[in-house]
Amino acid sequence: MDFNDTPEEAAYRKQVRAWLDKNATRKADAKGMELPRDLDALIAESKAWQKKKADAGYACITWPKEWGGGGGTTIDNVIYSQEEANYLVPGGIFAIGLGMCIPTVMTWGPEEAKERFVRPAVRGEEIWCQLFSEPAGGSDVAGLRTRAEKDGDEWVINGQKVWTSGAHFCDYGILLTRTDPNVPKHKGLTMFWIDMKDPAVEVRPIKQMSGGSEFNEVFFTNLRVKDSQRLGKPGDGWKVALTTLMNERLAVGGSQGNADTDDLIELARDTTIAGEPAIRHGGVRERIADWYVQAQGLKFTRFRTLTALSKGETPGPESSISKIVAAKKMQDLGSFGMDLQDMGGVIRDRKLSPADGAYTEQWIGAAGYRIAGGTDEILRNIVAERVLGLPGEIRVDKDLPFNQAPKGK
Amino acid sequence: MNLDFSDDQKMLKEQVRKFLADKCPMSVTRRVLDGDEPYAKEVWKGLVDMGLTGTAIPEEFGGLGLGALELCVIAEELGRAAAPVPFSSSIYLAAEAIKLFGTQKQKETWLPKLASGEMIGTVAISEGTHAAHPRNIETAFSGGKVNGAKQPVADGGEAGVVVVAVNTGGSGEQAVSLAIVDTKAGGVSSEAVRTLDPSRENVTMTFKDAPAEILGDKQGEGWSQLSRILDGAAVLFAFEQVGGTEAALEMAREYALERYAFGRQIGSYQAIKHKLADIYVKKELAKSNAYFGAMMLNDEGAELPEAAAASRIAGSDAYVFAAQENVQTHGGIGYTWESDCQFHYRRAKLLALTIGAPIQWKEKLVSRLEAKNAA
Repeated sequence: MDFNDTPEEAAYRKQVRAWLDKNATRKADAKGMELPRDLDALIAESKAWQKKKADAGYACITWPKEWGGGGGTTIDNVIYSQEEANYLVPGGIFAIGLGMCIPTVMTWGPEEAKERFVRPAVRGEEIWCQLFSEPAGGSDVAGLRTRAEKDGDEWVINGQKVWTSGAHFCDYGILLTRTDPNVPKHKGLTMFWIDMKDPAVEVRPIKQMSGGSEFNEVFFTNLRVKDSQRLGKPGDGWKVALTTLMNERLAVGGSQGNADTDDLIELARDTTIAGEPAIRHGGVRERIADWYVQAQGLKFTRFRTLTALSKGETPGPESSISKIVAAKKMQDLGSFGMDLQDMGGVIRDRKLSPADGAYTEQWIGAAGYRIAGGTDEILRNIVAERVLGLPGEIRVDKDLPFNQAPKGK
Repeated sequence: MNLDFSDDQKMLKEQVRKFLADKCPMSVTRRVLDGDEPYAKEVWKGLVDMGLTGTAIPEEFGGLGLGALELCVIAEELGRAAAPVPFSSSIYLAAEAIKLFGTQKQKETWLPKLASGEMIGTVAISEGTHAAHPRNIETAFSGGKVNGAKQPVADGGEAGVVVVAVNTGGSGEQAVSLAIVDTKAGGVSSEAVRTLDPSRENVTMTFKDAPAEILGDKQGEGWSQLSRILDGAAVLFAFEQVGGTEAALEMAREYALERYAFGRQIGSYQAIKHKLADIYVKKELAKSNAYFGAMMLNDEGAELPEAAAASRIAGSDAYVFAAQENVQTHGGIGYTWESDCQFHYRRAKLLALTIGAPIQWKEKLVSRLEAKNAA
């Protein structure tokens, strides 16, 4: 066993690093520099960086060159992502479009849609969002109610989506609708791509507990779309959605700017418990040890996944543990960091608090992270049912026509 | 066996609960959190008009001459409502400090004003984002003046009187004294400090040659005085934490009954049932420990330090857990600004830290148990 690249991987990594050194600033060298906080400036810088990457073959590395991609392997993509993480470059705004929406268009869309949308998305000229969740259905996405009704050559859409990241600045979106309420819920869905700038689309930001608003409600009032905007056949919506969600699983997440055990050790040196250095306290030491073991466990689970990818194999199901562990750890570690500051732990000010205020921010943010992208509870059900093969919950609504299924208020 | 409150105390609890349900719904907590008010003045006035600020202050100083048990039931209701008022700073901390350790003159000067609610008081201990202890307190008292800075100080901006933990020279615990500062006598300034729960005011308080007196007139007893003051406050805060836990549990339970997923109520799934059952278990442990704490506080019992620590540790555990799992039960909607879940999430953590974090109290508790077992 080793952590070494194969000769081909090493060569690719060297090439990537050389290009990055020429075109971006290393985080280690970026003292005092920051990505823009103003949204318009951040979008402009993101688009500029995406264009540079696309020109050099580093955008959508696993996609065919004919579509503007890099024509590379999965492991090439991983290597590029690992290297890019060391540089101060904007990243987030294209993740959903390129990670979920465009692959869906490429799999299910008519040729005209692929011709129109794929290359501009790869080059960062257009931004996409994904419109699935609704107030009536988050974990139960198939329970959605947004209605699309056929009217001649068009469909008329009415309804509401929620938790739509980036809707306030997106150009296009993929939208999952109900086209037939008289059949069981999974069978009556249809997917469309839509123009987010259409006047019939209204975007309202949702303010989060943290105070920020990264996501939105999106309202559709008699939005008219052409039948040619359909992705897949009417009634195929669930199949199409599974393509989207499968691609979401491949998007590699990681811990972004959270405080970890190194930070706790530093903090524990600077504070006391009953007048003695907190770092000497058995309770503190034990918790640091436990979180270190968890973090390492997650890191090497990712490495096992990378190993499989490097060999061209399909990764095993062990990667499904990742968010189950990471989200609760984020909350508990943040909370404990606040505890170590004792009475001062209530302060929420980057200038006054240790680790740049990370403990408080991650303790607040974790409340959302334990829910978003699969709640702690749903993820455990997935492990139990799909990995361990235990019997699923008894579904009371699966075979009932949607308009007869119990829904509450 | 009688580990329960009296009928009169239960009636008082009901009165306070009714008043707060009517005059202090979550929209009031939201208003204070969102805006610039240091606290909800109309709620404070209502509490004052009911005589609650004078509950445990002796009649000779303008109070009602009742005791800890009455304060406990009031505290539980304030916690249930996550009321945005300075009751804890003024009554559990400043008034108790002066009542326990003040000279007759200090009691006559300050207690009537705190009892009537016309003045707000508080206690200032912490000096930043680290635990305070006898060897690291830098705010000093000498020549009748206090110099230094305290951060955070709950309700410091509104306080007319502050009991400040100061260094008066000497070694070990004897280095600490408690000083009473009249915030209008000069040398005191406050600046708001941003915290995780903006429904409660917190400030950085700076003292520049601020005139002061030693609480009780004898220097060097501050650390043990503080220990007793914080033990009492721990019991009262524990009742707030129990009330808050019950409110968060009720919110989660209601949502679990009304929300459907996959064709049935989410409360019909084991994961949710077990989660809410776990909150209930923690709540009852906290409540029972708080009841014993109340008994010890009321009787000035020998086990007050252990009971106070246990109350605080169990109360903090229950409320933080309940608040976190209440958000979780609500799903995405629980993480929005619009949801009321955030008020318990914030308040639970604030209460768990305000008079020292659980890990400090666990250390204090075990040291105390060790000393007892050695004897």
